[in-house]
Amino acid sequence: MAVKHSHTTSQGVPMHAILAEFSNPATVTRAAEHFRDAGYTKWDVFSPMPIHGIEHTMGLKPSKVSYFCAIGAIAGFTIAVAMQGWMSAIDYQTVTAGKPLFAWEQFTPIIFELSVLLAAISTIAGMFILNGLPRHHHPLLTSERFLGASDDKFIIAIEATDPKFDAQGLKSTLESLGGYGIEEIEED
Amino acid sequence: MSTIHPDQAEALGLVGNRRHDGPDHDTIDGSMTIDPATRPPLVLGDRDFKSVTDTICGWIEDKTPSWWIPAFAVSNLLAITGTLMIVYLIITGVGVWGLNNPVSWGWAIVNFVWWVGIGHAGTLISAILCLFKQDWRTSINRFAEAMTIFAVVCAGMFPGIHVGRVWMAWMLFPIPNYNWIWPNFRSPLLWDVFAVGTYFTVSLLFWYMGMVPDIATLRDRATKRRNEKVRFGPMWAPHPLPDFVKKATTITLPANMIASYVYGVLAMGWRFSSRHWWNYEKAYLLLAGLATPLVLSVHSVVSFDFAVSILPGWHTTIFPPYFVAGAVFSGFAMVLTLLIPARMLYPGLKDFVTAKTIENMCKIITVTGSIVGFAYIMEFFIAWYGGNPYEQDAFVRRAFGPYWWAYFAMFFCNVVSPQVFWFKWCRTYIPFIFAITIVVNIGMWFERFVIVSTLSADFLPSSWAYYSPTLVDILTFVGSLGVFMTLFLLFLRFLPMLAISEVKNVLPQANPHHPMYDTDNATHHGEGH
Repeated sequence: MAVKHSHTTSQGVPMHAILAEFSNPATVTRAAEHFRDAGYTKWDVFSPMPIHGIEHTMGLKPSKVSYFCAIGAIAGFTIAVAMQGWMSAIDYQTVTAGKPLFAWEQFTPIIFELSVLLAAISTIAGMFILNGLPRHHHPLLTSERFLGASDDKFIIAIEATDPKFDAQGLKSTLESLGGYGIEEIEED
Repeated sequence: MSTIHPDQAEALGLVGNRRHDGPDHDTIDGSMTIDPATRPPLVLGDRDFKSVTDTICGWIEDKTPSWWIPAFAVSNLLAITGTLMIVYLIITGVGVWGLNNPVSWGWAIVNFVWWVGIGHAGTLISAILCLFKQDWRTSINRFAEAMTIFAVVCAGMFPGIHVGRVWMAWMLFPIPNYNWIWPNFRSPLLWDVFAVGTYFTVSLLFWYMGMVPDIATLRDRATKRRNEKVRFGPMWAPHPLPDFVKKATTITLPANMIASYVYGVLAMGWRFSSRHWWNYEKAYLLLAGLATPLVLSVHSVVSFDFAVSILPGWHTTIFPPYFVAGAVFSGFAMVLTLLIPARMLYPGLKDFVTAKTIENMCKIITVTGSIVGFAYIMEFFIAWYGGNPYEQDAFVRRAFGPYWWAYFAMFFCNVVSPQVFWFKWCRTYIPFIFAITIVVNIGMWFERFVIVSTLSADFLPSSWAYYSPTLVDILTFVGSLGVFMTLFLLFLRFLPMLAISEVKNVLPQANPHHPMYDTDNATHHGEGH
């Protein structure tokens, strides 16, 4: 079944999502509780700053960014040990100041620095990858109302691909939860 | 009810924000409190989310302030002077500097260490204070991180040019040279390359990541402006506007167009999704955890440049902690040096950077200044107690030798001057604080000079020589100040100088369980606790 384009806006264009605006973090949290309990999966809350505790309200799983961080740190450690060991103790053996060729004590600063460097880079890269960014065009960004989320508004959007999506029912639900300015967003 | 939720306690007036009718003596601007049980507001002026966005973005979107262009011109002039000095150095040789035979490391290394030290405050504020949950940092962290990055840029110039033959600077990196010789990893000079390189990269990434949501805010505002009907042209457009412009329903001003594209690209398509915020906050916390030991490691490694050598006066184990404390000390001083004028020049900044924030920074200056003072005294004690005559001579020469004036300038500026902040008047009277921060900046420069000038008396008395800088040395240093100010002024003009989303996060309205939201639906209170 072609779920993706089974919903259309009033103009007959395939619909991406329905959104509603909320005025404060408390009402949007209450609305989010409703959508979590109702079993929606393709929906999101948009807010100018991270809302405290929204991950529990939305039922989000722990972030996987930590794995990226760990992989980066291990990679940095390995590269630093291998690079310094190979260059100093294998490929170009020169005794300097009577120190051993594989002087792990003296390799420690660079081992530490490279581990931190690669861990930091992979953490940030991981954050963007997990978030599907950079993505400079998104159907939601075409709505002027949606842009309010970067200022002082709180938005809930339910995507048309959600199995429980029902445009008419959602509009009344969103209104009853305190949402206003309900908009249908076209797929691009 | 058996237990009181903290937010309820706040609403009941048991703890939390106490309303002030206006500035009074004890609370200065309303951000201080004499009763430790009350929590003064972090942001003044009864601001809501919208006014936070409008104020911070307004500094960028409004007309260029009248002081900005002259300031930028002067900074540029200094930067150009410094660049010319570097060109002169490269085409002539290091003989244009005041270096002599024992002092083969002069102002270049002094300036390098000074700038790297200044670069410590930003990441300390954004990482260590973040882990300690010091919410007052939200109003200064962006500012301080920018300062860090520009300071490290200035620092990085000096090792690049002090190697003598600058076209050989690539040998700093682990790239095999023409004889397939690898760099010596057992030398602290190479550790320095990695430490400073890592610090710069991580600070830059941390700064950029923190800025992504705020750049997205600027993007959205530019997009809205772009879509708006324009009623009058920009200053440089012909007046009255030509007919075809008047007829058009919407005109896109080039400035808005450029802003929406540039901020759009930099914002990476951030759309304030909670699912994104969740990963973002995790990444932020991890970076804070990574950057915390990094901050402490950078100046430790810089100090190894000296401490690992076997020279009297340099070969001491106290160097790493003493350098780190000095770095934080000078970094906080420089943040205040920049913040205090900015607070005067930008209307509204005082609501975010409150008297309490400045007072907290003054306290950190006193603590780190005292650590530095302890280290100065301890160095002397160990030189005497260690019984090594060369070590003893190096220290006596430092304080009473030909550079006694530098030693006493350092001691006065770094140890005596910050002690004034024990008095409340001193750490709340802004012009006085500004003066002290300048003194501290000078003192920390002298500290590095004192350490480097130890070289002037080496093991062979016949080669002892007095080091004094040439005009080229001085102008190169002034040039680095110009580069720093140029970058900083560009930052103030085009990027959000306060972390908008973080400031919003510490407003009481950001808490979805705040009692102010319970009036319409009391039954929901306490759910989820």
